Amino acid sequence: MSQIFHRSTNTLSRATIFGAVFVVAALLWVAMEVQRSSYVTYAGVRRPQPVPFSHQHHVTGLGIDCRYCHTSVEISSVAGIPPTKTCMNCHSQIWTNAQLLEPVRASYRSGESLHWTRVNQLPDFVYFNHSIHINKGVGCNTCHGPVDQMPLMYQQASLEMEWCVECHRAPENNLRPRSQVFNMRYQQPTSANPVVVEGKSYTDQATLGKDLVEKYKVRSVLDITSCNTCHR
Amino acid sequence: MKMDEQNKVGLREKKREDVCPSKKGKLDLESVRAQIEQAAAEKTGPEYWRSLEELAGSADFQEALHREFPKGASEWVDSVSRRGFLKVMGASLGLAGMTGCVRLPLEPIVPYVRQPEEVIPGRPMFYATAVTLGGYASPVLVESHLGRPTKIEGNDRHPASLGGTDIFAQASILTMYDPDRSQSVMSMGDQRSWQSFLTVIRGPLNAQKALQGVGIRILTPSISSPTLADQLRNLRKIYPQAKWHVYEPVNRDNRLEGAKLPFGQPVETRYNLEAADVIVSLDADFLYAGFPGNVRYIRDFAKRRDPGGNMNRLYVIESTPSSTGAKADHRLPLRAVDIEWFARALAGALGLDAGVPDLTGEVAKHADFLAAVARDLQAHGGASVVLAGDHQPPVVHALAHAINAKLGNVGKTLFYGDPVDANPVNQTESMKDLVADMRGGKVDLLVILGGNPAYDAPADLDFADLLKSNKVSLRVHLGLYQNETADLSHWHINQTHELEAWGDARAYDGTVSIIQPLIAPLYNGKSAHEFVALLSGQADATGYDLVRGYWQKQQSGGDFEAFWRKSLHDGWIEGTAFTSKPVGTKANNLPLPTQLNENALELNIRRDPTIYDGQFSNNGWLQELPKPMTKLTWDNAVLLGPKMATRLEIKTEDVVELELNGRKVTGPVWIQAGHPDNSVTVFVGYGRRRAGRVGTAQGFDAYSLRTTAAPWFATGLQMRKTGETYKLASTQGYQTMDTPNGDTRALVRETTLEEYRKEPSFAKEEEPAPGLTLYKPYPYKEEDYAWGMTIDLNSCVGCNNCMLACQSENNIAVVGKEQTVIGRHMHWLRVDAYYQGDRDNPKAFFQPVPCMQCENAPCEVVCPVGATNHSSEGLNDMVYNRCVGTRYCSNNCPYKVRRFNFFLFQDWETPQYKMMRNPDVSVRSRGVMEKCTYCVQRINERRIDAEREERKINDSKHEDELQTACQQSCPAGAIIFGNINDANSKVSKLKAEARNYSLLSELNTRPRTTYLAEVSNPNPELKS
Repeated sequence: MSQIFHRSTNTLSRATIFGAVFVVAALLWVAMEVQRSSYVTYAGVRRPQPVPFSHQHHVTGLGIDCRYCHTSVEISSVAGIPPTKTCMNCHSQIWTNAQLLEPVRASYRSGESLHWTRVNQLPDFVYFNHSIHINKGVGCNTCHGPVDQMPLMYQQASLEMEWCVECHRAPENNLRPRSQVFNMRYQQPTSANPVVVEGKSYTDQATLGKDLVEKYKVRSVLDITSCNTCHR
Repeated sequence: MKMDEQNKVGLREKKREDVCPSKKGKLDLESVRAQIEQAAAEKTGPEYWRSLEELAGSADFQEALHREFPKGASEWVDSVSRRGFLKVMGASLGLAGMTGCVRLPLEPIVPYVRQPEEVIPGRPMFYATAVTLGGYASPVLVESHLGRPTKIEGNDRHPASLGGTDIFAQASILTMYDPDRSQSVMSMGDQRSWQSFLTVIRGPLNAQKALQGVGIRILTPSISSPTLADQLRNLRKIYPQAKWHVYEPVNRDNRLEGAKLPFGQPVETRYNLEAADVIVSLDADFLYAGFPGNVRYIRDFAKRRDPGGNMNRLYVIESTPSSTGAKADHRLPLRAVDIEWFARALAGALGLDAGVPDLTGEVAKHADFLAAVARDLQAHGGASVVLAGDHQPPVVHALAHAINAKLGNVGKTLFYGDPVDANPVNQTESMKDLVADMRGGKVDLLVILGGNPAYDAPADLDFADLLKSNKVSLRVHLGLYQNETADLSHWHINQTHELEAWGDARAYDGTVSIIQPLIAPLYNGKSAHEFVALLSGQADATGYDLVRGYWQKQQSGGDFEAFWRKSLHDGWIEGTAFTSKPVGTKANNLPLPTQLNENALELNIRRDPTIYDGQFSNNGWLQELPKPMTKLTWDNAVLLGPKMATRLEIKTEDVVELELNGRKVTGPVWIQAGHPDNSVTVFVGYGRRRAGRVGTAQGFDAYSLRTTAAPWFATGLQMRKTGETYKLASTQGYQTMDTPNGDTRALVRETTLEEYRKEPSFAKEEEPAPGLTLYKPYPYKEEDYAWGMTIDLNSCVGCNNCMLACQSENNIAVVGKEQTVIGRHMHWLRVDAYYQGDRDNPKAFFQPVPCMQCENAPCEVVCPVGATNHSSEGLNDMVYNRCVGTRYCSNNCPYKVRRFNFFLFQDWETPQYKMMRNPDVSVRSRGVMEKCTYCVQRINERRIDAEREERKINDSKHEDELQTACQQSCPAGAIIFGNINDANSKVSKLKAEARNYSLLSELNTRPRTTYLAEVSNPNPELKS
């Protein structure tokens, strides 16, 4: 009986089987890249807001501290979104006729809350607590990025688990003195730009981080990578 | 019970047999009974058993023991075709890997416009208030997240709570959020406005004003609110001829009349159980929710159960097995009618003239018991107490008063004082009067302020028919639900829940709590205060003004604002507790004893242990909460003893017809070990015709047997089998831990005080060496914290409160009867009941079983996706978002504490439930495993607080800041949780006690949850 398939089919089939591995791998790679892309994570995406509030203007331009608006950041799990009243503290005096601020004034008049779009959003099964991070020396911009340079707010990091765990596995890489937590222009220590903590000058993050872990009693890596740290 | 409903269940059963062939070998109860008899004869059964089937060692039971979930739990029971199933499976396979790849939807943030000063988003606030049951206030603290009440805790500074709650207080939060609650004013089936009601009611009110209110009748449940009582009394100034009637099905008429017999006045008895060495309960279920003051009594009782201290002794003579009876050192099951004879004989033995010179009937068989009790009481004069149950006739109460006086207990272990009820009338008589007036056409305007008399009034009064007959020209009903009574009223006004409105109420000791709202009324209801104000012409008065106004009048002089703020903050008004009242005893005027027929079948009517008188019918938490002894859920049953069942050849789940004086009802039988012979018990509260989606048509209506002449028990019952069967959902045999006879020690360990003193560490056994594992041991000792728990079986009274506290704290779903039948209930914490000894009067033990948080957890090593892991502090974490639902973990859990979401049990849609949930705990979806976490959300919150303040959790200045939900609300203080690495913590001290033992320790799981073995204090004279 004659061969049904030509001899070259052997090579072809070998190549196909061999190639399939790459195809599958490529598909997986694409899936993972999509998952990490800003399309899924929203990192860097500016979302529509009822009022085009500029952190850049308020923080850099006017020098308002984070905590003027985000009042509960040091004592609660959530930083707190300011009530309309906070806006009106100033805007009842300045820019009282600005068209842009009409939704704020309307809210204040009617008692109807403003509906902002959440920018830094975690899934519901993740329980993040601002106050403990602030307390242990994690700066605002470590996670939120250069908010002082954001005319419109966007999410800096992916906020995916691998990003969280990166720091939880090595907190010393990101810690800074508590006094610098709200400093949006804080730079990690270098020999040119040392950081002084209680009289001691540090020229590299490794030493500073190690000391701060001890000083602020940051729990062990095993402790803070236990599942229940974030999931409950 | 509806027959078609039964048939449906029957059909379902059949279907399941088809899909699951193993079901066909169903429990053949005939042979089980034979096995039981045999086992009893040969004494081959286990020493401690959970169900009669287990005692008999039936094959089905053996199988259940080896299964992860009860049979059928893992089967696909819904009628989905094979083709449909494959389609679904194919789709889910395709999507399985993609579930993680979703974009989060955009979410809004809605901040305040003006943020209230004290509110810190992310941190809960606690408000002191109260919830009431039968007029008695349970002082509570309510946790509120941004204005949404989410959890009820006991008010730890209030003497009536001391931090504990009962199941009804815990579950009240679900009632408040119940989407089936009445949401609008209704008239003859149409939605109407409050304004239209005002227009309609104005005419009749004005007409009545001219007639001095001669046609007005107001029917209320028991009320302890000083404000409301004042309002109702002031109403008489406008309508002098109007009458205020009081009726509640679970009333305390007997207690009232029992006090009037010797004292001539309706005083109420309050007990100081801490001072009592000997307690005798004459059918009083004083360690269970519903008995006024039970939360405090449980605490006081438990304090005296420490075998290291001065232990008390409890005798319980009872007509139906109760959790109080289970805690008794000596328990005597008697028919309810016989208890009067026992009380008379006991009084006689103590030298009182009680009208029975000789012991007769059933009591004569227990002469030794009686004599021993009498001697024990006599030996503890001034330090003993006799309690009589609410359903025992007045004469038993009078006898209890006489015995207590004779023993010199008054003023030491019990006190007399004013009744909490603001209008302490005989409620049955009050209802009779009202019905007579209604029949006589004397009533023009009937106002029913809460309650549900059309459903629960005595059957012989035909109250519902009377409402239907239009004898009363205007009937107005104020209520939480559009229930049976609302149906028969011209107008129904939706009432506010106690967590939504202002009010006040007295706790069992008379202390007044101001009830403050936790949330604005969800459905714009009216409170009873506001409604009564309308009748007196103040249609616009708010509850706040009325309550505040009343207390302002009471405070002459002083700083009212400071008083008001302090009272609201503390949760009670200082100095309002009733003082002890001296009572003069009148001459002995006990009614003569009635003749008894020893073999007459008795019907014993009780309020339901979980849904009370039916007012909690629509509360899924309470419906699904296993009743303490039967572990039945979702149904009531006809309870009878094993001896009687054998004699009458009746099996569990047989449907019987009960007939008493021509009134009939049918219901399924549940054979309950320890039930007295010649007596059956039925629970009222079921068989609701209009309760809501949860409660309607569950069980049978036992009220239809209840008459004014015999509200609680009567002899002359006839019972016959109907030949049908009905499926009951009891969790009794589920989640049974495997303890092959003889191979391992029993799971509940107990001894007598005498033995304990000889060998205090009787419960201990050698544990495997710590290193005996393939896995590298983790140095837990080096951590700051290592979490552990002890549960004191001696203190635990089986009140089930922990189960509800856990359900509320941890967002645990309700699954419904069908799912419970096949063992899919979700409670993270269960309370097992074990029995020991004679089936007709066994000893019983309770054992709450949460996750053991094993150090060598068998569940963790089998999870293929790492969804359950150990934390550095020894917690066995469950990561829901990783879980793919293989259920290997629960298969490998020897304690059977893991629960699987077979379906989407959580209601993700109803907005009310979204508001109710604890925002600190994930809401689980279909296909994931869940289990007790030791309330890890509370650990983390407290830890963060402590770390921020650079201190340790539970340090000397913050004692008890960290408590698990079950621990916090346990009225007995039986559950203690804490840091076992701190040698000074309470839990460490308890774990060091000789009684401490762990479950199945031979498996080398090294559980963090351990138990303190039970020690009873039997009377040496009564060695059985």
